[in-house]
Amino acid sequence: MHKIIVCLKRVVDYNVRIRVKPDGSGVITEGLKMSINPFDEIALEEALRIREKGGAAEIIAVSIGPDDCQQQLRTALAMGADRAILVQTSTELEPLGAARTLLKIVEREQPDLVLLGKQAIDDDCSQTGQMLAALWGRPQATFASKVEIKDQAARVTREVDAGLEVIEVDLPAVITTDLRLNEPRYVKLPDIMKAKKKPIETLALESLGADTTIKLRTLHHETPAPRGKGIVVKDVAQLITALRERGLSA
Amino acid sequence: MTRILVIAEHDGQHIQQSTARCLNCAVQIEAAGADVVVFAAADSSAAAEAAKLSGVKRVLLVAQKDKIAALAAVLAPQIVALAAGYDCILAPSTTFGRDLLPRVAALLGCAQISDIMAVIGPRSFKRPIYAGNAIVTVEVPEGQQIIGTVRSASFKPVENGAEAPVEAISVSAELPAHTRFIELQSGSSDRPDLQSAKIVLSGGRGVGSAENFKQLYALADRMGAAVGASRAAVDAGFVPNEMQVGQTGKIIAPDFYLAFGISGAIQHLTGIKDAGTIVAINKDAEAPIFEIADIGLVGDLFTAIEEISKQLG
Repeated sequence: MHKIIVCLKRVVDYNVRIRVKPDGSGVITEGLKMSINPFDEIALEEALRIREKGGAAEIIAVSIGPDDCQQQLRTALAMGADRAILVQTSTELEPLGAARTLLKIVEREQPDLVLLGKQAIDDDCSQTGQMLAALWGRPQATFASKVEIKDQAARVTREVDAGLEVIEVDLPAVITTDLRLNEPRYVKLPDIMKAKKKPIETLALESLGADTTIKLRTLHHETPAPRGKGIVVKDVAQLITALRERGLSA
Repeated sequence: MTRILVIAEHDGQHIQQSTARCLNCAVQIEAAGADVVVFAAADSSAAAEAAKLSGVKRVLLVAQKDKIAALAAVLAPQIVALAAGYDCILAPSTTFGRDLLPRVAALLGCAQISDIMAVIGPRSFKRPIYAGNAIVTVEVPEGQQIIGTVRSASFKPVENGAEAPVEAISVSAELPAHTRFIELQSGSSDRPDLQSAKIVLSGGRGVGSAENFKQLYALADRMGAAVGASRAAVDAGFVPNEMQVGQTGKIIAPDFYLAFGISGAIQHLTGIKDAGTIVAINKDAEAPIFEIADIGLVGDLFTAIEEISKQLG
């Protein structure tokens, strides 16, 4: 293995509780703490671990978005990525547009492996990795909780509804990462200093020639209806009475 | 009329309930119903089961050589070969559909709507974003195929109806050999399936150990309930991953959800919001789970399990 691409999305930090704009036109993101999508951070950590086992020479972090994404790419470089590419755009792409853009980078860099999170915690689409694999004509291993690289293949354990599914994919391939794959390392201060010397290449989205036309029309955002106020019972007898009133027949 | 194709999810022999829930979404888009495609071994009973579901116009059985795996890389080109005859392709938003459908959408050059939770019009849908903290309504403009995964917890399964015809068909598509199924590791259980059970008992870190979970299993067996768990309980190794309920586990909508020793992280609450009645039993009165519980009991969960078991007689 000589090269791994890790795709990182800049998202509202997972600890922040978002609010819908009063006019329903979107979600308020101004002034909120932004982070690397946690699933993508796990993907980067896995790339670093593959390299530490002698499996990859170069790790490239790629993000698509506004200039501010450089912050997240700097974090990735501090964690251990060798270089970074920012595809600059002020429009928010749909997963298909993101996958077509990433394909252009993949065609240029010819990686053996592309790692990214199984979903982004903002739009929760869970599409980009699979779409990239499809367009690239290569295998996908989604929701990975264990990755073993051997020769020109990866054996991946996937978290599926029925349990753990093990598949083997030929490289190059796309792997999307689930929570239990690893715990990302903390960035140390000397690494942050070192990362400042590492290169971030910026490319204008238009220069890549990918079709990123927005296909879906977003009509409206709203806050979900809250559940009604609950009751507190004193003991199990009251609990069972309350459950029976609500139709529990067991 | 919207011509809809529903991709059936099955375990080799039996149709999963997620397929019946997906059909409910399909008939809300088009009352005349949908075709269902089953990729299975020629002798699987999955196609015959799918044919009984209400809202099914016909079942297309595409016989597969490999009877175990449902690999996205193998299924996607076959679905693409069928896609030209349809305006809309739906799959359940389970790990099966979430893995598969984006691969199909990309090959078709279409956008996908993930986790459809409500049908607003023939081309407009609601879906959750930000872990369900916001709901967005999106529309697929005229002239584009509708490609969507259907959030199981938002749709009741259709009942059985008049039997639809099953047509065995073959599709011409080149199937890749670059992806190989090795095995499925699954903790076999006789308990009801977590995603279709009417009652779910769920344990968190507070349960304390795999051994202690046995008390929950015993109560579940008395009540005919399925057993789930929080991420904390899975991470601690008390139970296998397939029992996890929450944003990264299963999103479920049982009639009754009883949470024992679960504090209620937002990611867990995302997975149970659609449950009929949520019961929280926790010794910490400040636990966030009480904020969304319909019935709360502050106290020791083991005493509660014992008492419930006794009082149910």
